[in-house]
Amino acid sequence: METSEGNLDHFRSETRSWLEANCPAEMRRPVIKEEDVFWGGRNAHFSSAAQQAWFERMRDRGWTVPNWPERYGGGGLGPQQTKILREEMAAIGARLPLSSFGIWMLGPALLKYGTEAQKLEHLPKIARGEIRWCQGYSEPNAGSDLASLQTRAEADGDDFIINGQKIWTSYANYADWIFCLVRTDPAAKKHEGISFILFDMTSPGVSTKPILLISGKSPFCETFFDNVRVPQSHVVGQVNRGWDVAKYLLQHERAMISGMGERGAGRPLGQVAADSVGADEQGRLDDPMLRGQIAAFEIDEAALACAAERFTDMAKAGKAHPAFSSAMKYYGTELNKRRHELLMSAGGIDALEWESGRSHEGERARAWLRTKANSIEGGTSEVMLGIVAKRILELPGA
Amino acid sequence: MALVLTEEQSMLSDSARGLIGEKAPVAHLRQLRDTKDATGFSRELWRAFAEMGFAGLLVPDEFGGSGLGCVEAGIVMEEIGRNLTPSPFLSTAVLAATALSRAGSGAQKSEYLTRLAAGDLIAALAVDEGAKHRPLMTAMTAQRSGNGFRLNGAKALVVDGHVADLLIVAARTSGAAGEAGGLTLFLVDPKAKGIGVERTVMVDAHNAARIQFDDVEVDADSVLGEVDLGGELLEGVLNVGRAVVASEMVGCGEEAFSRTVTYLKERKQFGRLIGEFQALQHRAAHLYCEIEITRAAVLKAQQLLDDGAPQAAAAVAVAKARAGTTVTLAVQEAVQMHGGMGMTDQFDVGLFMKRARVCQELFGDANFHADQLARLKGF
Repeated sequence: METSEGNLDHFRSETRSWLEANCPAEMRRPVIKEEDVFWGGRNAHFSSAAQQAWFERMRDRGWTVPNWPERYGGGGLGPQQTKILREEMAAIGARLPLSSFGIWMLGPALLKYGTEAQKLEHLPKIARGEIRWCQGYSEPNAGSDLASLQTRAEADGDDFIINGQKIWTSYANYADWIFCLVRTDPAAKKHEGISFILFDMTSPGVSTKPILLISGKSPFCETFFDNVRVPQSHVVGQVNRGWDVAKYLLQHERAMISGMGERGAGRPLGQVAADSVGADEQGRLDDPMLRGQIAAFEIDEAALACAAERFTDMAKAGKAHPAFSSAMKYYGTELNKRRHELLMSAGGIDALEWESGRSHEGERARAWLRTKANSIEGGTSEVMLGIVAKRILELPGA
Repeated sequence: MALVLTEEQSMLSDSARGLIGEKAPVAHLRQLRDTKDATGFSRELWRAFAEMGFAGLLVPDEFGGSGLGCVEAGIVMEEIGRNLTPSPFLSTAVLAATALSRAGSGAQKSEYLTRLAAGDLIAALAVDEGAKHRPLMTAMTAQRSGNGFRLNGAKALVVDGHVADLLIVAARTSGAAGEAGGLTLFLVDPKAKGIGVERTVMVDAHNAARIQFDDVEVDADSVLGEVDLGGELLEGVLNVGRAVVASEMVGCGEEAFSRTVTYLKERKQFGRLIGEFQALQHRAAHLYCEIEITRAAVLKAQQLLDDGAPQAAAAVAVAKARAGTTVTLAVQEAVQMHGGMGMTDQFDVGLFMKRARVCQELFGDANFHADQLARLKGF
């Protein structure tokens, strides 16, 4: 089919053969362990040669960020081509070559609000996985009510001096740089005195402290700023207009979180459950109530994948409601929690083990507990429903 | 293919919305119900549908149709669902047109399809026998007899069967109830000797029939497709019906929801608009998510059917199951949020609840399709 993006059938067949030749078999298996995910950064290390080869081959084509312009390290693909690449990767179960908050969150915000100098400075390093980013949004007293944040940035010559504390900073202890919301005008209304600023985590005065979670893991940190000096040129967008950037970025974060989990990848949940529960002579899961619950889950899961596809296509056509990402975030996270409840139920007593090699150190239980944060992080389910009620349904006083 | 309507499809959607909303709003259903109309739908309106090209939407060009697909049929059905319009569109323009176009002999096609597309022939598909949709459990028999077959059995929920000019009947030429092989489809004249038709007025004021077949003789030419191999044909036709009814359910649920949101913005209690209460806001927002997600799943299933893709069967199960649970939630929330007014016959929301219940049962409810999906996914 000839389009403004060239012959798409041709692109598909070329992409398919390239992936076939370049995606190592090991990189086509579902992600199970944490080290199966490659995050990049100054201190990055590869867990296998296959992971390294896959990342480098994709990076060299700009396909860590296929739809970004080539001058920023992207692949320069059009929307249809990007969709084809994703479909072809999904068809062989290819892992993401690079996971990155830079790609999912900061990048889109920089592309929209950054100066040309900021884009040229940061985007290629994100695309090549050289710099790992973290997000400084929540504070101890600014969770759902994010705009009440109090971390201060006071002007001092050409710099800002930053003081305050962030919390729930994902992987701050591994990150090289942070994109951060700070209060630059304490006298203004709460949404109007905030700026969006970037700085190096090795700057003097920055420290992090991991938070131990119910999963026994520490994916989040407390992050402290004690007189951190940052050039004013590191503000993205206008000073005191950071809330616009923050909201735009949150839409991308919500779209990302809604896609968490193993949506569409790997074996159907019912087959996974059969490993522990067993199946009858007709191949049906040997627990009719669980089978019904899993089937109902699989239906919602498949439908949500359609909604995600449709949302992307609507956005390309300029017809998507910007607040729809909140609907997706709400639904996707609730569904992912349901998946893990079902996995625990299917696993029975085997899924209760916490410290055995047999259970990969309680992998299933830890993953189950981790998902409980899905409907809290990036805006709680209740906040998401409030946004849908107000911005899409236009209900009064919402 | 993008999961949005094309420009042509959007135009069809606009014209269907205009025509059906104007000529057959909910008041039209009320009038047919309250006058106990003998047909249960308006033949005049059906002719107007035919002139708009809706009757022949799925009929190939050479028989006077437009040769379009499930997505287009879904577009029309969504507006039918929004307005609760009683119409032979599903029975005739979707199910019969699909069965005849796919499996009809040259003679069968020219005899029926042209009249069907012109709005001059009403046809009905007779599959279900028990209380629940179980096509494989078909027990009705068709025994070889002379040059043809002799039909014995009973069918239920034959949509528009009370006025049909042609019946498409699933019967067993071999095998036992529960087996996939041995099914055959027959084209049967409802006036044939031995057929008894009982009109069933349903809870939603739409009509179907229970049909009794006692030693009904049909000739060999009445076989649609191949003897004993009708199971696959039937499943294909049913899948089109399921995907298209799912659109009707999206239209029905969305309209019930939209009226409810309007009500939330108008009704005052405790000195406030009830839409200001967070308890209702969150439920409305959740329902909005369900409807939008279901809409995407339904369009996906229709596109895959039109592409003849192998994943279509699973996508149809997803779409029909989702449509069932979503529209059920939508009409229940609609009645509850309308309070006492939702319980009155004067308000329309109860009519949406009634139609939703019937659509759930048509061609398999959410449980049936969840089971289908589990089988397809190997658990």
